[in-house]
Amino acid sequence: MTDKPDFSPGRRSFLSAMAAAAGVSLAPGVMLYAISKSSSAGANATGTEVSSAVRWGMLIDLNRCDNGCDDCVSACAKENGLRGFGRPETDAQWIRKVEIRNPETGHSKSLPVMCQHCEDPPCVDVCPTGASFKRADGIVLVDKHTCIGCRYCMMACPYKARSFIHEVLEDQKPHAPRGKGTVESCTLCVHRIDADRQPACVEACSDTGGGAMLFGDLNDPQSEISQRVAKYASKQIRADLGLNPGIRYRNL
Amino acid sequence: MAPRGTRIVMLVIMIAGISCLSSVIYADDAMGALLPVIPMGQGESCVKDTDFMRRNHMELLKHQRDETTLRGVRSEQLSLTECLSCHAVYGPDAVAVTVADPGHFCRSCHDYAAVSIDCFQCHASRPEIAR
Repeated sequence: MTDKPDFSPGRRSFLSAMAAAAGVSLAPGVMLYAISKSSSAGANATGTEVSSAVRWGMLIDLNRCDNGCDDCVSACAKENGLRGFGRPETDAQWIRKVEIRNPETGHSKSLPVMCQHCEDPPCVDVCPTGASFKRADGIVLVDKHTCIGCRYCMMACPYKARSFIHEVLEDQKPHAPRGKGTVESCTLCVHRIDADRQPACVEACSDTGGGAMLFGDLNDPQSEISQRVAKYASKQIRADLGLNPGIRYRNL
Repeated sequence: MAPRGTRIVMLVIMIAGISCLSSVIYADDAMGALLPVIPMGQGESCVKDTDFMRRNHMELLKHQRDETTLRGVRSEQLSLTECLSCHAVYGPDAVAVTVADPGHFCRSCHDYAAVSIDCFQCHASRPEIAR
């Protein structure tokens, strides 16, 4: 494709400057119109690619995660239009609550487990078509246009994070395309991230849950998540595999 | 050579078939051609002119699909969601129809051209409905 519309920042800022100049020339007096906030809808709305300068990650504080709470799970299902077919063995599951229990003391903890967005994802290694891929900003996704549904990635994933769609689906969410015969998993709500918003589970956790989930850029030393992982001890699940997941847990 | 009676029956069936067909899709009287009935989109104009879109919409969609999925470039103009929101066709109940309805924008033409598309096996074929 050669004739792509020009969304370059240069052209945008030039137009904004022109408009601003027009507004100023009307002063003093009432401003006749306001310039809408430039690039308000996130960097990607202006047509720029995601960059590897960012590494999205999550820090989950398990002391704030209640055993009985599954607000993150239901928020995920609502956001992405996941519906069950009464077959728990095969129903899609992007995030689940896992309860771990120490048999000696009886002490138990519950943690949300989803795609861990590994730095070296085994699902990407094994994919025969290149459908399973890692975006520059660290989000691991399935390109369903090239997924053939072989499910190697499901076998390779040590976190059991992926689901295969067995049924014909209808009325999917426009921002979360899903269809029979492809593999899917947590996208970290990539459509929200590209619009400068938080993943649905994080939002639900802070609204109605315990506020256990913190989302942010692990590459930015000024971000809250970077400062917290620097200050407090945190763990990755199955850190021994050396995959360096982007999801970290506190008080595990 | 079929007997005369059989030939007349075949002719009658043919005429009946053609008249049924034309009552459904006989759209352009001036040209006398069989054309699909294409619903009008909303807004003043499409992202490109109609002739260009007729021949090249699939290239735009495919290009944008890779840009968005792989590189996170979300141009509102060329997104499938944006296409479907301008080209939504509303049924008698004022709810946008899905691709299951023959009047759906994409389907009206693709049925005519006998080109089957896979987009809507995964993608929503209408704007999101608040529930």
